[in-house]
Amino acid sequence: MKPILEIQNISKKFRIHHEHQPYLSMRDRISSLFQNKSKRDDEDFWALKNISFSVNPGESIGIIGKNGAGKSTLLKILSRITPPTGGKIISRGRIASLLEVGTGFHAELSGKENVFLNGSILGMKRKEIEKKFDEIVDFSGVEKFLDTPLKHYSSGMQLRLAFAVAAFLEPEILIIDEVLAVGDAEFQKKCIGKMDEISKNEGRTVLFVSHNMGAIRNLCSRAMYLKKGEFSFSGHPDETIEKYLDESVLPSEHKRNHIESKNGSFTLRLPYWVDEEGNPVTVYNYGSNYRLRFEFDFHRQVKMVNPGFAVLNRDGSRIFTSHLIDDQRCEIPKDVMGRVVIDTDLKIPELEPGRYQVIFGVADEHNYAHISANEETEVVLEIATTNKIKDGAKGLLWHTSEWHVQG
Amino acid sequence: MEYEIKPSGKFNLNLRELWDYRELFYFFTWRDIKIKYKQTALGVVWAVLQPFLMMVVFTVFFGQALGIKNSMSNIPYPVFVYSGLMLWNVFSNGLSGAANSMVSNANIIKKIYFPRLIIPVSAILVPLFDFIMVLIIYVALLIYYHFSIRWSFVLYLPAGLFITLLTTFGLGSFIAALNVKYRDFKYVVPFLIQLLLFLTPVIYPVSILSQEWMKTILSLNPMAGAIDLVRSSITGTEMDGPLFLTSCFSSVFIFFVGLYYFRRTEYYFADLA
Repeated sequence: MKPILEIQNISKKFRIHHEHQPYLSMRDRISSLFQNKSKRDDEDFWALKNISFSVNPGESIGIIGKNGAGKSTLLKILSRITPPTGGKIISRGRIASLLEVGTGFHAELSGKENVFLNGSILGMKRKEIEKKFDEIVDFSGVEKFLDTPLKHYSSGMQLRLAFAVAAFLEPEILIIDEVLAVGDAEFQKKCIGKMDEISKNEGRTVLFVSHNMGAIRNLCSRAMYLKKGEFSFSGHPDETIEKYLDESVLPSEHKRNHIESKNGSFTLRLPYWVDEEGNPVTVYNYGSNYRLRFEFDFHRQVKMVNPGFAVLNRDGSRIFTSHLIDDQRCEIPKDVMGRVVIDTDLKIPELEPGRYQVIFGVADEHNYAHISANEETEVVLEIATTNKIKDGAKGLLWHTSEWHVQG
Repeated sequence: MEYEIKPSGKFNLNLRELWDYRELFYFFTWRDIKIKYKQTALGVVWAVLQPFLMMVVFTVFFGQALGIKNSMSNIPYPVFVYSGLMLWNVFSNGLSGAANSMVSNANIIKKIYFPRLIIPVSAILVPLFDFIMVLIIYVALLIYYHFSIRWSFVLYLPAGLFITLLTTFGLGSFIAALNVKYRDFKYVVPFLIQLLLFLTPVIYPVSILSQEWMKTILSLNPMAGAIDLVRSSITGTEMDGPLFLTSCFSSVFIFFVGLYYFRRTEYYFADLA
């Protein structure tokens, strides 16, 4: 069987134009016209570098990676929105993309009119739309408002209508980017069910980009991990997700040990865990009394600092957040200068053993971030497995209920 | 169905693909017409009202003041100016619609693939719909002024319209493509249309020009030939042969330049828009 999609050495280059300062005057602007072109501060950026893979009919492939890894660029090339800089793709089927559902929806048109317009933009023939119209409306659940202009719809209704149209597209290859991030839980479930049906029962090929690891795990037969424009790993979804999460949670070697605040008033040593004696530790054992230590070095007097941290699980869901300011008993450090150490007790709820991502930030008195919490500011919390917990522990929390047998 | 996706290569018209997407022409045009008259009290009447009021204003002020009225013996000024205006409106509305079409549809271009050419073409088809309404008034006007509808009218009017559409498409798609990259054209287009109105014999006859070189410049404007063609078809006077031929050639030239430039640059619209 020939692969339905062959991607051969696809690369994409973008040119980034750096403008260090805005043009100050007309004279600057004119004089810059005469500047040598190569002298100007342009930089080439390769969003994708020699990507090759092939897809067999009926496969559903998940693509994961951090923001900016090139996932969306790859999908854009596949759906022919932007041309590749190099390489070639051979496609043996109609590709339809749901890069964003509801593309081409117009607020002034009625729901019914939008179904036809949107369907035809997505590549359906009018007859096809007429044939499937009732099913689409049924799936969306907005039949009462079909003749109402779209501008009077709630955003949830708009989304449902949009996804309904897209769900009834019948391309051989379907490209989906992050559509499941929106909508209420019930509708998301419906969408996942529909996607499952498309890929498993109808034998359609699906390419799926998402940050929702659960969805990737459930829907895809193969997953690829894209990193800085290149494939870092490709294989079974579980393995790929493992790889991705390991890399994204583990601090990289380049991670700085000290972080400068935005206005340069202090530096913070990357927070670390310490035991009762103040010795750094890496793995948390249940029952031990560990603390997260923030070590500040203030260069000039700062009115107030409010450090905080959040613990995230592997799927990126936030489990809890804690700020110094929330603790009524603690004195908030004001007008500080020099070296200051702030500790916080690590009283963790009963979390499942494993590796957690801890992001932290530091705010000032106006809640403005001195250091904002993002991927660059993260540390790892590793909770050790104990023999109390068997391998089968499932869920966010490790919880043991008391059981009573009577009779 | 097998196809390749490659780095953008040479110019390729790809008519077959356009044919495959033919329904999208209809849907985009239908959408634009629908939106244009949505939430208006007068609706489609606006299509007729504009050229009609312009005709009245031109007749009252220009016709009298410039003494154009007297220089024409065989055609009343209202009919004269209206026959010019109806083609001119197709051109000017089509041009401004097409020029902005790529930018106003940027959200679709950035997400879905289809032949981009459909967008400016649909933008030009919208004033064509208006033209049908305008034409009804025109025929009524002809009857009111006791003109007999000749065969030449039935033949020349589509020909004049065709030249108008070729020109509008050529210039419109050219500017649409440029507008994606340089938003300056948003400001250029209204000015250009205003300027061209005076360089087109809409409110004055070609014969008013005394200098031969002025006529030559005018004939390079395809709209001059198109309007002259329609006018001569109702009066039955001989049309200006050289003027018509030059206009034909320049409209075909504009058409191909616009088409070529659009097709050459369309690959990058999604990156720039």
